[in-house]
Amino acid sequence: MANTMTVPVETTSNFINAKHRRRWLISLIGLIVVAVGLTIATIVYSNPMPLGSNGFWKIAEARVISVVVIAVVALSHSFATVAFHTVTANRIVTPSILGFEALYGLINTAAVFFFGALGATLTRGIVSYFFQVAMMVAFATLLYTWLLGSKFTNVHTMLLVGVVMGAGLASLTTFMQRMLDPNEFDILTARLMGNISNASTEYLPYAVPIVLVVVTWLWLNSRRLDTLSLGSAVSTNLGLNHRTELIKVLIAVSILMAMTTSLVGPMTFLGFLVATMAYSIADTYSHRAIFPISFLLGYVLLTGAYFVLRHIFYAQGAVTIIVELIGGLVFLIVIMRKGRL
Amino acid sequence: MITLENVTKTYAGETTIGPINVQIPSGGITSLVGPNGAGKSTVLTMMGRLMSPDSGRITVGGLDVAQAKSNEVAKTLAILRQENHFVTRLTVRQLIGFGRYPHSRGRLTVEDERHINEALEFLNLTALQDRYLDELSGGQRQRAYVAMVLAQDTEYVFLDEPLNNLDMSHSVQMMRQLRAAADDLGRTVIVVMHDINFASRYSDNILAMNDGQVTHFDTCADTMKSSVLTEIFGTSVRIIDDIDGPLAVYF
Repeated sequence: MANTMTVPVETTSNFINAKHRRRWLISLIGLIVVAVGLTIATIVYSNPMPLGSNGFWKIAEARVISVVVIAVVALSHSFATVAFHTVTANRIVTPSILGFEALYGLINTAAVFFFGALGATLTRGIVSYFFQVAMMVAFATLLYTWLLGSKFTNVHTMLLVGVVMGAGLASLTTFMQRMLDPNEFDILTARLMGNISNASTEYLPYAVPIVLVVVTWLWLNSRRLDTLSLGSAVSTNLGLNHRTELIKVLIAVSILMAMTTSLVGPMTFLGFLVATMAYSIADTYSHRAIFPISFLLGYVLLTGAYFVLRHIFYAQGAVTIIVELIGGLVFLIVIMRKGRL
Repeated sequence: MITLENVTKTYAGETTIGPINVQIPSGGITSLVGPNGAGKSTVLTMMGRLMSPDSGRITVGGLDVAQAKSNEVAKTLAILRQENHFVTRLTVRQLIGFGRYPHSRGRLTVEDERHINEALEFLNLTALQDRYLDELSGGQRQRAYVAMVLAQDTEYVFLDEPLNNLDMSHSVQMMRQLRAAADDLGRTVIVVMHDINFASRYSDNILAMNDGQVTHFDTCADTMKSSVLTEIFGTSVRIIDDIDGPLAVYF
């Protein structure tokens, strides 16, 4: 290569130019400010006890737990969905398609179906928590190793099998639900709707460290994920063992999804929403830029919904309704304005 | 040196490739030619370890591509397939930067940036470096992909139909650039080609395949004969002697 002397001094950046980087940074700071504001608001707003009194701290403490739950859920959904999109080289299908939420529904329904109202309490112990998590991770891991070990090495086949199995599990669940008596069905419905204020907080001491470890691992592997997003052929050419990487990341995704689902129940739309909006805002391939934005979006969305429900409508209803309504609208606006995913 | 020993691959129970035994020397450009379905792309894909053979052994530059560490192989050979589609939007420069991954593991050094700049310049992409791939024409995008595999700085470069979707002038330009990569940068370039005249004009050796078997492997001069080409392509081919060398006519 002649003329190396005339080559201009340029560097390769994650962002196309300084303007894009600035926009990302402003979004990040803006989201952090909103997140901090909402956290403080959620904890102190309309606390009936005088500031600084014993009762005040008791109420605040209870609310801090909700905030922690929200953080765990937002971390799990955002990291799991982005990593999943990357290794499967698609940006439409989310981990929910793997039959996660269907499996969660089935386990809970089966418990109520076979043991009546007692069954609903049966699924709430620490042992059964780990049982549920292990079931979900095992289910997903088995599916991947089976599918990836066979001749169906393409991701579309795997996703299709996931959809079919998810639908199968869901219809089995519906079948059992039809035969429940109305009281039992009512108890079950409460478990199957994503609900922050009714979270199974006794699992938090286990869920928090596990989620943190998995999320840190994904963060440290960001550059590898950047390359994996180029697809199987290109990442193999660049020296990655694509199949091994795929299985490792999918196991991490399964763990995150199992953690959040057994903590608060299904939140089908959340991951897709925050990931898609994060791609749109960050506008880069770099996971180091995408991950924080998608987590903060999830956190802001959930705390916002929680705050509105709790303090403005005085209802303690399901956060998922607001997430899907507001989030869906915002998502449509972003897509319409940008004209692409 | 690229060595294939008893390499076989079976598709859908009937289409079989091999057993192939061939040694491709280092240096220069070798073109893989043959009719559709002869197995050219499959052999190239197996040499580039994107697909594993059912049996046999493939070594490239002394490395067994199935056994050696993937990152080591990535510093020895680079392969570009025909279809490339990414979910993320990348600029030309970012794409070429990914070509440095085997060396940099994602942290680009000054040395990596130098390779990126050289690859950009080599394929005349410097002016387009900050454009997104989806804003480029087919020919420009093809050049960007080739720049990426050149930036990988490997001794062996495998390209599957690099002239696909290119018009005449872009095809000529691409082949001249590949020629320069072989002559000036000392790369060993293996390309799958459809146009026998392009293959003979720009490559050193021609490897012909038919029905999953290697039927001819020779210099261009010895391949460009009416009898040989008629046998390879299964249609009658005449040879006309032009000032630039023999031309195959097959209309």
